[in-house]
Amino acid sequence: MSLKFANNNSLSAITSLPDSISGGAWTLLSTATADDSGTNLSFTSGIDSTYKEYIFKLINIHNATGNTGLLFNFSIDGGSNYNVTKTTTFFETHQKEDGTDTVLSYSTSRDLAQSTSDQKIGHDMGDGNDECLSGTLHLFDPSNTTFVKHFMSDCNNASHNDYSYRTFASGYGNTTSAINAITFVSSSGNIESGVIKLYGVS
Amino acid sequence: MSTYSDLKYDHSFGSGVTGTGGLTKISSVTASSSATLSFTSGIDSTYKEYIFKFINIHPATNGEKFQVNFSVDSGSNYNVTKTTTYVNVFHYESGTSTEFAYKTARDLAQSTADQPILWGLVNDSDGSASGTLHLFDPSSTTFVKHFISRVQGMVDEPVSQESHVAGYGNTTSAINAVRFQMSSGNIDAGTIIMYGVS
Repeated sequence: MSLKFANNNSLSAITSLPDSISGGAWTLLSTATADDSGTNLSFTSGIDSTYKEYIFKLINIHNATGNTGLLFNFSIDGGSNYNVTKTTTFFETHQKEDGTDTVLSYSTSRDLAQSTSDQKIGHDMGDGNDECLSGTLHLFDPSNTTFVKHFMSDCNNASHNDYSYRTFASGYGNTTSAINAITFVSSSGNIESGVIKLYGVS
Repeated sequence: MSTYSDLKYDHSFGSGVTGTGGLTKISSVTASSSATLSFTSGIDSTYKEYIFKFINIHPATNGEKFQVNFSVDSGSNYNVTKTTTYVNVFHYESGTSTEFAYKTARDLAQSTADQPILWGLVNDSDGSASGTLHLFDPSSTTFVKHFISRVQGMVDEPVSQESHVAGYGNTTSAINAVRFQMSSGNIDAGTIIMYGVS
């Protein structure tokens, strides 16, 4: 067997792995970075039949305006319209930083029943320098044209009133059309900073 | 020429190389009017965590439970003793009712029965369930075997429902097989993918 040596400090000449190496199942497809420009964070490509599950990682989402929420919506027309009908659930836990208030409850004001409105995944977000939201949103089989489109999120945020909120939203886009785009928006004002990464799970 | 340490700590593959992360797809099973969907190989000491992804599980019979059980004899018997918890959340499409509750009728206390991980799945043509189940360190012969699931689905009425189920297989034997089935009737369609987390 001949030895193979890297000819510099990288292995960039290797463009495929041997069949014997089973690779990981997460593939980073794209990244959207907020810049306080007023542009929503949207993914209008890469969501198709390639993967049965897509995962969005929300990293340090910081809204420009305090006491606002983070919401998302789906599109079936490549992002021209974000208005998929959804029925959803929303519950949360929270605790105040001074330890005086803890809650585990369902939130009837944050779910949707056959609504095309944006779905909230975080609320009462703070605009203090160190306040932000991070979490995960799973979207299952968006290109399926037989079944509804399930999603589930799990986020935590440091609120404007000094609470730690953990929020669980889930539901389905009640459509048999393929979902091919998603947008994330602030309930008011811009998303000032933060990153959302889109992964496909093979 | 690079030294051994260069290769270990300071390398990057070319753009054609993908999939070097910690989640490895081991196998998948797809239902076609199937009574059960089982994994009888690939669950061993290779990984400390196994993840099962449910993609559009569609039952043949309306209103049945989607269930899991474990085996310590490679699938000859699915009857591991379990103690579990079950939290349910739902919202009617009509908006008329919501629930967020612990469900005492759906948990298990030292029972070998199948554990429901979604209750009352609808068999409407567009109805299905998707979600995830984590199984930790199934090959340990010292500790019990923890699992955690979160499943979202459409149930009858119709209703958007999510279940959070967790517990442990109360055994120090290695779990080496997992079976999913409906409480009655077949799994008409759907795919389950098993991953190992390294």
